[in-house]
Amino acid sequence: MSAVDNTPVNKPSENNPLFSIRDLSVSFRIDRTTRLDAVKGISFDIPANSTVALVGESGSGKSVTALAILGLLPKQNSVVASGGRILYRDRNLLALAPDEMRKLRGCDISMIFQEPMSSLNPLFTVGFQLIEVLTEHVGLRDKPARARAIELLREVGIPEPETRIDAYPFQLSGGQQQRVMIAMAIACEPKLLIADEPTTALDVTIQKQILDLIAEVQKRRQMSVLFITHDLAVVGEIADHVIVMRDGEIREQGSVGRIFESPQDSYTQALLLCRPRLGRRPKRLPVIDDFLNRTPAAAPDAPERSRGLRGDEEIVLEVRHLGKSFYSRKGLFGRQEFKAVHDVSFKLPKGKTLGLVGESGSGKTTVGLALMRLHEASSGQVLFDGKDLLSMPPREAMRYKRRIQIIFQNPYSSLNPRFTIGQILMEPMQIHRIGAGEQERRNMAYELLEKVGLPGTSFFKYPHEFSGGQRQRIAIARCLTMKPDVLICDESVSALDVSVQAQVLNLLQDLQDEYGMSYIFISHDLAVVKYMADEVMVMNEGEIVETANSDDIYLNPQHPYTKKLLSSIPKGWQGRTERPLLN
Amino acid sequence: MSIASHAESPGLWVLAWRRFRHDRVGLVSYYIVLLFVALVAASWTGLIASDWEKEVGVSHAPPTFLGPGAVASHIEPAAAPQSLHSDESAESNVIDPLAEVLAEIRGGKPIGAADTGIVDPLADVLAEIRGQSGSASATETQAATLLLGGDKWGRDVLKKVIKGTETSMFVGLAAAALAALLGTVFGAMAGYYGRWIDDLFNWFYSVFTSIPYLLLILSIAAVLNQKGTITVILILGLTGWTGIFRLVRAEYMKHKVREYVQAADAIGASHMRRIFVHILPNVSHVVLVQLSLHVVLFIKSEVVLSFLGFGVGVDTVSWGSMLNEAQTELLIGNWWQLAAATAAMAVMVTAFGLLTDALRDALDPKLK
Repeated sequence: MSAVDNTPVNKPSENNPLFSIRDLSVSFRIDRTTRLDAVKGISFDIPANSTVALVGESGSGKSVTALAILGLLPKQNSVVASGGRILYRDRNLLALAPDEMRKLRGCDISMIFQEPMSSLNPLFTVGFQLIEVLTEHVGLRDKPARARAIELLREVGIPEPETRIDAYPFQLSGGQQQRVMIAMAIACEPKLLIADEPTTALDVTIQKQILDLIAEVQKRRQMSVLFITHDLAVVGEIADHVIVMRDGEIREQGSVGRIFESPQDSYTQALLLCRPRLGRRPKRLPVIDDFLNRTPAAAPDAPERSRGLRGDEEIVLEVRHLGKSFYSRKGLFGRQEFKAVHDVSFKLPKGKTLGLVGESGSGKTTVGLALMRLHEASSGQVLFDGKDLLSMPPREAMRYKRRIQIIFQNPYSSLNPRFTIGQILMEPMQIHRIGAGEQERRNMAYELLEKVGLPGTSFFKYPHEFSGGQRQRIAIARCLTMKPDVLICDESVSALDVSVQAQVLNLLQDLQDEYGMSYIFISHDLAVVKYMADEVMVMNEGEIVETANSDDIYLNPQHPYTKKLLSSIPKGWQGRTERPLLN
Repeated sequence: MSIASHAESPGLWVLAWRRFRHDRVGLVSYYIVLLFVALVAASWTGLIASDWEKEVGVSHAPPTFLGPGAVASHIEPAAAPQSLHSDESAESNVIDPLAEVLAEIRGGKPIGAADTGIVDPLADVLAEIRGQSGSASATETQAATLLLGGDKWGRDVLKKVIKGTETSMFVGLAAAALAALLGTVFGAMAGYYGRWIDDLFNWFYSVFTSIPYLLLILSIAAVLNQKGTITVILILGLTGWTGIFRLVRAEYMKHKVREYVQAADAIGASHMRRIFVHILPNVSHVVLVQLSLHVVLFIKSEVVLSFLGFGVGVDTVSWGSMLNEAQTELLIGNWWQLAAATAAMAVMVTAFGLLTDALRDALDPKLK
């Protein structure tokens, strides 16, 4: 690939990979006595001119591995075991002096991060930041540097790069920011590009563009990409080689075709099947334990659930012409109206689930918050028991408040860290005087903990002692204390790992079957909505563009925006046709 | 962390204490502060130093380890006829640049009764009164030396320091508590409600901070027009809340949009419940650190106020009033009152400051 390489040993080929990681172990000191083994002696190769995907759930050690390759592990509390080696051009990167490592970083190895907004310095123009990289590593200055920067921006698909080079990061959209990050990463023609969840923070339509861009750049530049992600569907589209990690160990590695077609490891099988798919809707989603124990839910021919509305269901909640505007000041006296939600109307049948799909900024969360009066709606009616919730005085609304509840997206921030789980569960009962006394409330709290699958000992614990999935169960239990008729799930499973996501979705489904609650299921994740919802509403820029039964909308979308949204979903291995495989 | 099923799990305060215990400097400071608190408690209840006003030693009694010879003979009461007039006025000071002039004036022109050698007509009466009130106790119990020396009236400096510690720490703690209370309540209201309530408090804040600090203190002292411990606490508390207000306001603005507060709204918790039950425990570490910072600040401010004469009343002793007295004592070479008050203050303030630093580290809100 480069003609100046005259030593034959360095010539990358299939037999002689670009990077070889051998027995890499990384641990972190938590305090004096405890250590956390983040990576436990893993070995893998990154061949030249290929895309290697490192797949795993949170805590699997995939990001730590990437940081170790870059030499960016925090010095004060990380320990890299001495036996490990990261070989690049016959040099062990782990033994390299910090100065030499810095030269490699940004030049031979570069990285793009998950959050483009926080990776770019908001005080400088993108051109300035791009030229800085070129000056630092390539030695280009002034006019040539600027010309090169424009060229790079054009390569990553920024429209009108000559003018956009002087834009500040906040003037670009999230997708464009990620493009700029990619431009900075490839500025010095790296041999290896490490992409750490580069599309997780982006909308599905943007995700597709960025994935295409990374694949294209990889091919054109003949470089290698280490693609770190939790999303197997993305992996299927982009990777040549897949490494599945769990708890700091490699569970399975192989070519993408083999991993997807005949996964050997039960964990890999579980990962592949526990995510809801557009094509199938089993009664229960299989979870990891099902695969480890080989229970029937894991079987590919498990019974399916049928969804959809017949049209004669009892209606619990009716929303008419809901609108919400935000105002920003314009000039001295004027104000500018921004319609976050405009003329939204729908009916929610009893015991059914209404899916609300849209990209960020579409107003779907605002609808949820306005229903609960957490945001004051600007117009419209929300009829519940024949009464308009929105025009009620606050005191009267309190009585209805408990019957509509919400589960938020982030289980780490929706529970008060200074309350024990017992306090969290008993507080709504105390406020609404549910239960005869403290003892009865306590018993009810214990019952609910059991219902959501948590041990009774949790009652005395604090939220920080639980994992994300467990916290989301606690949030669900808190809602259940009030026995609501309507439960709004606002991206409630989006922050969870795939396997945990399946468990929480199963729990939500069980609770709906038992209590007959109606759900409003808000998500950007079309596959999850397809699995959960009877009816789906698609929102775009504050308006509902299409409403239909969930099977119909996925099979036969009418609105062009719905079609675009559906076509952007990563299809995984099955959907990959256009790109030829390397092996 | 294996804990029996019904045992309480470690809350964030317990975890903070665990982190704190690993901080050696913090722990030592913590014990020093505890010692001071115990001292204050003992003094408060009258166990020790309740008789600090008793003139147990001779005037300007030197510390025991220096011996009685350390004090100049002319300081002894009634040792020289001039000293009848005042203990200090007649003292010859070796470093006084005007000493010669003074001596000349004294020896030359007759300007005052005491200097001309004319016998004071009331001298006998005075001596008699002195003899009745002083000699009985003075001859029997007035010690020539005291452990840490004595002041002008022969009061024990050790007891004065203990009593002064009580006053100063009480002022510091009470004023800091008042300031923290005002700052937290105002900050919570302003940060949580925003809009015109925020504007209102901000104007109030701006007015307070636009006046030079000492001027503000002196004007409030003038308005209150009453010397005493309570006055000092009010002055410091009413002027010192501004910094805490700003920080608490910022924390509330940050927390009120957090999902757990929205979740509390969703379950129907009232505004007051959200402000004080949900958010306050989550910002309490900020208040606590500010509180202990302000204790140190206010102890020092009390010293300055008392030094300037706006502090505690004459019947109370504090580190500041001791330093004020030491001013004149130092001129005649009596350093022990100054040393005692300074040492007590330095140890206390340093320990408290280090404790605050350790607290801030331990309470660093890593919510995991």
